[in-house]
Amino acid sequence: MTGHAGAGTVRDVTSSETELVRVLDQDGRFAPSPAAEQYLPLIEAISDAELEQFYRDMVVIRAIDTQATNLQRQGQLALWPPSRGQEAAQVGSGRAARTQDTIFPSYREHAVTRIRGVDPVDIIKLMRGVSHGGWDPTDPKNGNTRLYTLVLGSQVLHAAGYAMGLSFDGRSGIGDLDRDEAVVVYYGDGASSQGDVHEAMVFAASYQAPVVFFLQNNHWAISVPVTTQSRVPLVQRSAGYGIPSIRVDGNDVLASYAVSRVALDEARSGQGPRAIEAVTYRLGAHTTSDDPTKYRHTDEEDIWALRDPIVRMRTFLEGRGAAASFFDDVDAEGADAAEDLRARTVELGPPPVSRMFDHVYSDPHPLIEEQKAWQAKYEASFEGGQA
Amino acid sequence: MTLETMPLSKAMNAGLRKAMENDPKVILMGEDIGKLGGVFRVTEHLQRDFGEKRVLDTPLAESGIVGTAIGLAMTGFRPVIEIQFDGFVFPAFDQITTQLAKLTNRHEGRLSLPIVIRIPYGGHIGAVEHHQESPEAYFTHTPGLRVVSPSTPNDAYWMIQEAIASNDPVIFMEPKSRYWPKGEVELEASSAPLHASRVVRTGTDVTLVGHGAMVTTLLQAAALAEAEGTSCEVVDVRSLSPVDYEPILDSVRKTGHMVYAQEAQGFTSLGSEIAATVMERAFYALEAPVLRVSGYDTPFPPAKLEGLYLPDADRILEAVDRSLAY
Repeated sequence: MTGHAGAGTVRDVTSSETELVRVLDQDGRFAPSPAAEQYLPLIEAISDAELEQFYRDMVVIRAIDTQATNLQRQGQLALWPPSRGQEAAQVGSGRAARTQDTIFPSYREHAVTRIRGVDPVDIIKLMRGVSHGGWDPTDPKNGNTRLYTLVLGSQVLHAAGYAMGLSFDGRSGIGDLDRDEAVVVYYGDGASSQGDVHEAMVFAASYQAPVVFFLQNNHWAISVPVTTQSRVPLVQRSAGYGIPSIRVDGNDVLASYAVSRVALDEARSGQGPRAIEAVTYRLGAHTTSDDPTKYRHTDEEDIWALRDPIVRMRTFLEGRGAAASFFDDVDAEGADAAEDLRARTVELGPPPVSRMFDHVYSDPHPLIEEQKAWQAKYEASFEGGQA
Repeated sequence: MTLETMPLSKAMNAGLRKAMENDPKVILMGEDIGKLGGVFRVTEHLQRDFGEKRVLDTPLAESGIVGTAIGLAMTGFRPVIEIQFDGFVFPAFDQITTQLAKLTNRHEGRLSLPIVIRIPYGGHIGAVEHHQESPEAYFTHTPGLRVVSPSTPNDAYWMIQEAIASNDPVIFMEPKSRYWPKGEVELEASSAPLHASRVVRTGTDVTLVGHGAMVTTLLQAAALAEAEGTSCEVVDVRSLSPVDYEPILDSVRKTGHMVYAQEAQGFTSLGSEIAATVMERAFYALEAPVLRVSGYDTPFPPAKLEGLYLPDADRILEAVDRSLAY
């Protein structure tokens, strides 16, 4: 697989020159790579119900993602960053995290956030201009999922600091897998060039913080290919900070689950940070404001379409004898979720004006109070009288 | 009253120590603040007495310090960060303005970030480039931050404790040229809340207003003016955001003249903001426009020129004369 034709003689950094953990091959056959050997006991212990859940997660989020993309095209959202193609990396890692873990997403982790309990409509609030946040990370129903971060890489430092706090507070490394906490932070190949990502690795390594750096290498930072971002496989960067790092086929949900589960459990047990590069592909646009036809070739997209993580998992499940009715049920569930998303999106009205003033500070602030009162008085002056 | 005489740097140290004793969630982060005690020795012996988990000698990365402090605050800590010098804060500027200042708003009030960022600032120490700047206006311009600057050891002792107790991020500007002169510290009770400005010398003819190290220069100017028969009132702003305007306005209503002095360059500065507000709110009391005396709108010059760049008592008195001549 070559990158953009313009990459010229730049070495292809997405090839398998670094050992890749893969369990399902492109055609959905169970064909573990040599690097996957150590994960096989864990993978073989996954129940049929869990396997079906992985598939269901991927299909439903793709239906929601497609609906949200359509909603943006119809003028209902300011923006939508599609997750199409990256479902396996997200579902595998999202299902690998334990209940007590904390998730720091970037802004494309729609599958992860949904698995943790965040209502997709809460993401819509952010993308519709109703809220800058959308959900309450401290509400237990949201599964310790922090807010989306739109400035690339900033959240990686927050995650490292959060993990340092877990360590300082004795909430990690005690020796109880069901209570020891860990952090997983998501970022991409583009963000991997940000200084904050590198500083986060320095801090995490220095303090041996229980954090897993989960890099989704989707090959494109908007229009710039990963070959421009790095002369070496990205997995080597985290390794350079002394962080044990693994490369996984991010379109293989089973492999993504296994490496994430092991990395998180190692981190939570006091062994320090871990890093995962999940090699995947952004099948859609960067966001709805983007036009991939200007910078990448359809033959590349066609090749990656053949590696679609949902098709691969379906083939695998069919091979294990899953009934046709199961797939029909899952499709119906996706369609229902998409319809529900549409119905609730169009009902979302603007936030109250007080939202602008009320949470700039936690403690009272005279200037904000003064401006809030002035704004209310000014707006009231238009009611029933001349401006 | 329990009075103790000490320099501002020791008062900071005592205030930090008290805050750490009172709240086990208070931790210090910064470059060389542990064994060395910071380049100005403000944190001297604190790592020895509170341990390496409460006084962190961090890697040399300002954005990393602020960004990880945000994560630590999310788990319940109250980090107090030392930026080594004023000109070194800019690698952290994105984390401060884009994340720290906005996260409470982004969370719609569900997250407080009680983080203090201490920045030794200002000139008069003869140092090399990036070591004598006054970057306060970048932070006063940013919603979500509070910005304060003590000018005396007593204020340093109390304001650092009040800043740590605040549930909002506080940028704590320490006038580094004032680290060494001694002053009395009242150890029993604070004399003013964090966000109060204060009249530090009474007078009747002209109101002199400023913050940080410039308060000392204003007092020198007032003493010189008195010898020439002009009575100056001096107001220490103390809180740069929010600004407590009433003591300033009360003084201007009495004198009808005001001069603002600051080390920072004047264009879009704190002095500009306060001058504009005073003119809006006390227009009829003024007998002359509010005048500003500032650093020139140039990069801070090489140290051998700093005496010409930084406002001194003479430049303040020149403005006093201009004001009175209206």
